[in-house]
Amino acid sequence: MIKSEHLCKRYESLTAVDDVSFEVRPGEVLGFLGPNGAGKTTTMRMLAGFIVPTSGKASICGHDVEQDALAAKSSLGYLPEGAPAYGEMTVRRFLEFVADLRGLTGARRARLGYVIDRLQLEEVLEQTVDTLSKGFRRRVGLAQAIMHDPPVLLLDEPTDGLDPNQKHEVRALINEMARDKIIVISTHILEEVDAVCNRVIIVARGRIVADDSPQGLAAQSRYHNAVSIRLERPEHLAAMQAAVAALPSVAEVEVSGRESRLTALPRSGSAILPAVSELAARQGIALKELHLESGRLDEVFRTITA
Amino acid sequence: MRNVAIIMRRELGSYFATPIAYIFIVIFLALASWFTFYLGGFYERGQADLNPFFSFHPWLYLFLIPAISMRLWAEERKSGSIELLMTQPVTLWQAVVGKFLAAWIFAGIALALTFPLWITVNYLGSPDNGAIFAAYVGSFLLAAGFLAVGSFMSALTRNQVVAFILGVVGCFILLLAGYPMVIDAFHSWLPQALVDAIASLSFLTHFDSIEKGVLDVRDLVYFAMLIGYFLIATAVVLDVRKAE
Repeated sequence: MIKSEHLCKRYESLTAVDDVSFEVRPGEVLGFLGPNGAGKTTTMRMLAGFIVPTSGKASICGHDVEQDALAAKSSLGYLPEGAPAYGEMTVRRFLEFVADLRGLTGARRARLGYVIDRLQLEEVLEQTVDTLSKGFRRRVGLAQAIMHDPPVLLLDEPTDGLDPNQKHEVRALINEMARDKIIVISTHILEEVDAVCNRVIIVARGRIVADDSPQGLAAQSRYHNAVSIRLERPEHLAAMQAAVAALPSVAEVEVSGRESRLTALPRSGSAILPAVSELAARQGIALKELHLESGRLDEVFRTITA
Repeated sequence: MRNVAIIMRRELGSYFATPIAYIFIVIFLALASWFTFYLGGFYERGQADLNPFFSFHPWLYLFLIPAISMRLWAEERKSGSIELLMTQPVTLWQAVVGKFLAAWIFAGIALALTFPLWITVNYLGSPDNGAIFAAYVGSFLLAAGFLAVGSFMSALTRNQVVAFILGVVGCFILLLAGYPMVIDAFHSWLPQALVDAIASLSFLTHFDSIEKGVLDVRDLVYFAMLIGYFLIATAVVLDVRKAE
């Protein structure tokens, strides 16, 4: 379990993290979201024991990150922001170094091979870290973090700089590990939340401003249960817009002429899908597409953190 | 202890992973020989000893040792790898000592490679090999003292060039604390006891006696305390500034 109690980090003129408290339990994959400079990395660094909180405390699996630092660090796999590593070392030497520090000896040493295999690092094993592409660097950082099969993982922007295929791979890896681990991912990529997280904390200016499931968060969106339709023939757009706007349960209609798309936002709590589809059928307007939105995280994110 | 050894091995390996190690060793050997034969008049003196060799070591180290130590922490901070290192289950002192030992061993390798001089002097005459051994120990300790100062300076900054310059200046002050130009400046207005205290802080006064083949416990204690002090200072500075 990760426990953060009233964590604060103040620099001379700046409060980077301000009274952040939360708990994360096994099986939870927590997305730690926030605009740049919101305090995500600072919070991660305090949890990882790299910087000392100004006040408050945190523990990893019951080990206080300050009083019992070595035990806390042993329970933790940490990918720092930017995935730093020793540039002049080969990937093999670097991972062996980490395995040594993690005390992987005897039978447990087999884990090294598993990690190399799992992150597909065979082809770059003899290359120095400096010569790696961004994607491989990130994967080396991830390999280092999961080396000792820790119960808790803190990953600071794990998919930053990866191409879509690599992102998919890393997310698959996270999903696979999620069953028996506690994982905290800091990110500003919202699609990541849908892909891997079952809980979201949004921070802004050092404070927690939302703590919910992705679904719960999406439900706060104006677009929650909105109906989006695309018309077969663009010339029907104006007529359809007027008709939909006239529906009593529709609060607002947004139109995108370029795609001949029309989005109807419901009044709170109303279900407008049947009414809209019925209306289209009645007026004989052919639809290319009709779907119900669950809510837009980016819109919620902007509303909350603005 | 295990972690100290792991960190030391990695650090030592990284010296040899780049051309730094080889360039350093070549320059060290070339300068050491040049000083010995030209400035020291190794042949002209007609004495079978290595004094002309060892007496230049403090000056050689003044510029070469900060070149070894400058990267110790400045590079870790610049590349961010310090965050990786300090979130492994290692303590700060294990990291400080491990990295210091790696640099010291590296300096020791360079020093050991001057053995042809020792062979030469034994071929040409019959020197006091005990004194030569003591002088080697003294030189090795001197290197450690300089490295500890350099390690501290490297922890102060993210910039290796700044770390180098601070290292040279720091070592220079400690070196000269026993020289007339510093001592004379204090003589006129400080009590003799304080002047002696300043002089006793000097690398040179302690190195001089070892260099002459006298391994005095007081000199060993001096180097041990100086190294310990600067390594503790390194750890303190890192603890405060590692994340900046």
